[in-house]
Amino acid sequence: MERTTWRASIQAYLYLLPALVIIVLFTIYPIIKSLLISFYDDYDYFNDIVYARGFASYQYLWNDPTFHKALWNTFVFVIGVVPASIALSMFIAVLLNSNIRLRSFFRTAYFIPFVTSVVAVSIVWRWIFHTEYGLFNYVLGLFGADPVAWLTDPKWAMPSLIILSIWKGLGYNIIIFLAGLQNINEQYNLAARMDGAGKAKRFFHITLPLLSPTTFFVSIVSIIGSFKVFDEIYALFGGQPGPASSALTVVYYIFEKFYSEWEFGIASAAAYCLFIIIFILTLIQLYIGKRKVTY
Amino acid sequence: MLRDALSKTTIYVALGIGAVLMLLPFIWMLLTSLKSGNEVMIMPPVWWPDDFKWENYKTAWEMAPFGRYLLNSLVVMVLSTLGELLTTILAAYAFSKLHFWGRDIVFALLLGTMMVPGEVLLIPNFVFLSNLGWIDRYEALIIPWTASVFAIFLLRQFFLSVPKDLGYAAKIDGCSDFRFLWTIMVPLAKPALFTIALLKAIGSWNAFLWPLIVTSSKEMRTLPVGLTSFSTEAGTIYELLMAASTMIILPMILLYFILQKYIIQGISKAGLKG
Repeated sequence: MERTTWRASIQAYLYLLPALVIIVLFTIYPIIKSLLISFYDDYDYFNDIVYARGFASYQYLWNDPTFHKALWNTFVFVIGVVPASIALSMFIAVLLNSNIRLRSFFRTAYFIPFVTSVVAVSIVWRWIFHTEYGLFNYVLGLFGADPVAWLTDPKWAMPSLIILSIWKGLGYNIIIFLAGLQNINEQYNLAARMDGAGKAKRFFHITLPLLSPTTFFVSIVSIIGSFKVFDEIYALFGGQPGPASSALTVVYYIFEKFYSEWEFGIASAAAYCLFIIIFILTLIQLYIGKRKVTY
Repeated sequence: MLRDALSKTTIYVALGIGAVLMLLPFIWMLLTSLKSGNEVMIMPPVWWPDDFKWENYKTAWEMAPFGRYLLNSLVVMVLSTLGELLTTILAAYAFSKLHFWGRDIVFALLLGTMMVPGEVLLIPNFVFLSNLGWIDRYEALIIPWTASVFAIFLLRQFFLSVPKDLGYAAKIDGCSDFRFLWTIMVPLAKPALFTIALLKAIGSWNAFLWPLIVTSSKEMRTLPVGLTSFSTEAGTIYELLMAASTMIILPMILLYFILQKYIIQGISKAGLKG
């Protein structure tokens, strides 16, 4: 066994130095500084001088209907994206996992949106969602539906964003589900088959319970990712949070307070609210992930 | 037997429809990018352009400084990936093979930072970088991204799987830690390093919010930031917008086709270990 010595420790910290310098300067220090800024009521950022401290930023958020709207919209977005995306990707992963040909072609088709630039594909979807000449309304028209003003009607902005996001993120979830499915021992399935269990029965009583750690992981990752949606909105609505702020989310709110209004205190306070939400979700993941995943 | 064949067919049909829906936006983008203006703004839509208007690409390329955007994206992608590889290799080695005081505390602290959403860091980093005078320079686009806890964690896991005896043997033969790392561990870890580099390169190429915030002049924009400003300028000339989008999307699709094995493996592994 090697002993820990001064010499060895100094040497080890030399190895860590480059990474630590970057992480301390650009991650750890900002985490603390951001919390401090959220309590700066009057702040000259350029010279880094604080004139007044207090809870004004949090009070502002508590009373700001726009922030409440951003929270609500984010919530709607998460509910709109996550369950649908998980159900779809699990279904596709199970199909892909059956013994079929062209598997890698299918996998590629579903995965490609994930590796492409959010901004670029959002602009492509902007064209697809075009009210008069868009492909989407054309297809709906074939079924006799009236054209929908996807991106300019406040009622439809959020559904458009949800459709785009499900499409974009599906491939990632599928890959994770496929990996999870491949970890399930074939013998359980064979045994159930011998006992005469049908396909549906085998799915609900074997695959689904054995897949639950993966499902749990995917849902937490998707929920956290969806809480942070921003790029899609910016590109889809051309630098606006949707018509009449109908697609204003928490991160977009932070961005506007920070970048357009230079309200650093309020923006930091809002960022910390997001952090707390995500922190609670992560704790749930750690807690349930350890004990409650069923089988 | 017949039932099996039927259910197989159903699977193919379901997967096929899904795949078409997934790829349709890209196909539509490509087709639109090669149409004339008259073929774009028309209902019902024209699927196949009468003749391919390749000049749309040239027009789009010249309407905005896309050459410069491309150069910026490449510089940022290459340098931040190289930087991350270097810091990751050194740190992962320390965390997996060296004994030192505070190792577990430092490692736990680093893992803890992964819970913090990047949005929390935006403002202090912006303030810090503007005080350094780095805003609208390559430094701001690259340096904050040259270390990643996630990458360190991944590589550490890989290094831990290398048997200890290998290190002892090298030491007995008089090999220093540093040489051991670069001549034995790094070559062994090639697949893991490759995956880390790929995920980083894709992330860097597609990054948007940070480059949007720290660039102010046209000369410093990366492709995604340049594309959004182009989309406000080109407004409704969709054939040009689609040509510009294609230029950003295509390189990543090609990269994916060439290296999909590593990308898929990396994501499955990273995902499952979470």
